[in-house]
Amino acid sequence: MKIHEYQAKQLFREVGIPVPEGIVAKTVDEAVAAFEKLDRPLVVVKSQIHAGGRGKGRFIEYPDQPGVVLARSAEEVRENAERMLGSTLVTIQTGPEGKQVNTLFIEQGLDIAKELYLGCVVDREVGGPVLILSTEGGMEIEVVAHESPEKILSEPFSIHTGLLGFQARKLAFKLGMEGKTVRSAEKFLCQLSRFFIDNDCSMTEINPLVITGDGDLVALDAKVTFDDNAMFRHKRFDELRDLSEEDPFEVDAGKAGLSYVKLEGNIGCLVNGAGLAMSTMDLIKYHGGEPANFLDVGGGANVDQVSEAFRIILADENVKAVLVNIFGGIMKCDTIVTALLEAYEKVGFTVPLVVRLEGTNVDVARKMLAESGRDIISATDLTDAAQKVVATLSS
Amino acid sequence: MSILVTEKTRVICQGITGKSGLFHSQQCREYGTPMLGGVTPGKGGTEVDGFPVFNTVEEAVEKTGANTSLIFVPPPFCGEAIMEAADAGMELIIAITEGVPVFDMVRVMEYLKGKKSRLIGPNCPGVITPGIAKIGIMPGYIHTPGSVGLISKSGTLTYEAAWQLGNVGLGQTTAVGIGGDPIIGTTFIDLLELFENDPATESIMLIGEIGGTAEIEAAEYIKAHVTKPVAGFIAGKTAPPGKRMGHAGAIISGGSGTADEKIAALEAAGVVVAESPADMGAAVKRAIEAAA
Repeated sequence: MKIHEYQAKQLFREVGIPVPEGIVAKTVDEAVAAFEKLDRPLVVVKSQIHAGGRGKGRFIEYPDQPGVVLARSAEEVRENAERMLGSTLVTIQTGPEGKQVNTLFIEQGLDIAKELYLGCVVDREVGGPVLILSTEGGMEIEVVAHESPEKILSEPFSIHTGLLGFQARKLAFKLGMEGKTVRSAEKFLCQLSRFFIDNDCSMTEINPLVITGDGDLVALDAKVTFDDNAMFRHKRFDELRDLSEEDPFEVDAGKAGLSYVKLEGNIGCLVNGAGLAMSTMDLIKYHGGEPANFLDVGGGANVDQVSEAFRIILADENVKAVLVNIFGGIMKCDTIVTALLEAYEKVGFTVPLVVRLEGTNVDVARKMLAESGRDIISATDLTDAAQKVVATLSS
Repeated sequence: MSILVTEKTRVICQGITGKSGLFHSQQCREYGTPMLGGVTPGKGGTEVDGFPVFNTVEEAVEKTGANTSLIFVPPPFCGEAIMEAADAGMELIIAITEGVPVFDMVRVMEYLKGKKSRLIGPNCPGVITPGIAKIGIMPGYIHTPGSVGLISKSGTLTYEAAWQLGNVGLGQTTAVGIGGDPIIGTTFIDLLELFENDPATESIMLIGEIGGTAEIEAAEYIKAHVTKPVAGFIAGKTAPPGKRMGHAGAIISGGSGTADEKIAALEAAGVVVAESPADMGAAVKRAIEAAA
């Protein structure tokens, strides 16, 4: 689960990780009031969406308006907020459709001496958390990793102790920090590693992490992603979830215990199992079609789940045909067909449906399909299924 | 011969009084697996469908002589269940549970260091040595005894592969689902080593997917250490970046973990990579023929 910058900074503030002073604004008047309250010569007006690259991003409605701007007066804050709130910001991470900005974060401007990158992730190879630090603040870390990997320092840390003081100092000295900044960095890095562990994060990123003119470290940006599987331990984070940031169909699918990802093509897929679902998409593409979605109904799908899956697939206007690919294991094929036929009736199909079944009780299931009187195209194997569903589009 | 699961395997199920735990214990028993009972704390001394239930894994081991545990406990308790199994001296621990928090797995892996237990999973279909024993949720009948060692990150895709192998007359020595989570107990490389050293295994099929770099490391290992013919398949060629495709680990992040780079690495290691998921069985056949 992702959260907004302002929410992440609120959580940082609670545990003593230094962040600039800032106020959330949902309206233009609130933005102006925030400027007055901060009472600073310079503020930063920041769009709050779940995507990076906001500073370089521009709005569809106002092509010259950046997603993050500096403002020196109440009037400047007002003018910018008017353009930003309710408009659609396109960044390198949002895709061309962009994301609507509903919230702004008005923050004090800082005296910046240096910008760094700081992140924590769980490294699959190390098998535990790793802290990543780089001199290239403000750059995308993937780009730095590709172009100048020597500028990235990484340090694995224990899930029990967090990053230890000497580990933090080692990194600070390697980056050429001196005096008070080393102490400031030691405290900051250790605190962030604890935050990462204590909150079951899957990713925490501060880019840039700023060294001020006074030699202090401050989190200028904050990106936090939690491990969805661990949210049962952190009930208070439920209210941080912003559903407007998520695809409504992905939200519905999640509620029904389905795993769904929308894609750009026109062939809807309903499959059991994540690996087979991915492979079904690949197969459609291999035979010249374009998958409209990834959809895994899981191992124990019932009528309600299959109906909901069909409803979600067919709600996508691009979908011109549907392929059902089931390898029945413990879940028997005839059970799936029963659900399929009920769902077919309930949902009301208007596009061709190709069904490929294999596995437990497949003969009974195929017979049920054939005798149903429904206009369902039956396929014998994967290749047959893909060819048939692609063919329905050209006829 | 086979790997991991043999005639000596004796199994108990942690979480046996739950719906899935009981159902799959019954299915495994029906297949012929020596299922000796199960564990549910607080229900010790009772019985479900002929399975004796114990309070602790330690007690279950004492009373039954089990050396393998099949885990179905809910995600919040799965990490601890694995550690309990290791503490009781289980040689093989197979965790089916999906949705275990990543940090719980970090703790588990730390706990397992220096212990003799091998963990398979979590979030996996389990292990089957066809004709001997099935410990997991896979349908037994699609797996036939034979000479292919099958390793996969995915459940239903493993079934598909086993099915296709059967259609081209190839059975398996052992089929292992390693799971689709970011942190797992047993990796591709561990199993490549076991299959390479298993005299009955004549060829290997490796099924991976997008996310992480495990397949690339497997490719390097194959190049350096595996003499048997290897076929492969990578799922998720059409998956978009930044989106989790069902499995917690199946995500392309920062442009790495793509299917194309994994396929290229495997091919560079001499692996015959299936062009489409319909081609997995045939790819193994081609790999064997190429080596002959």
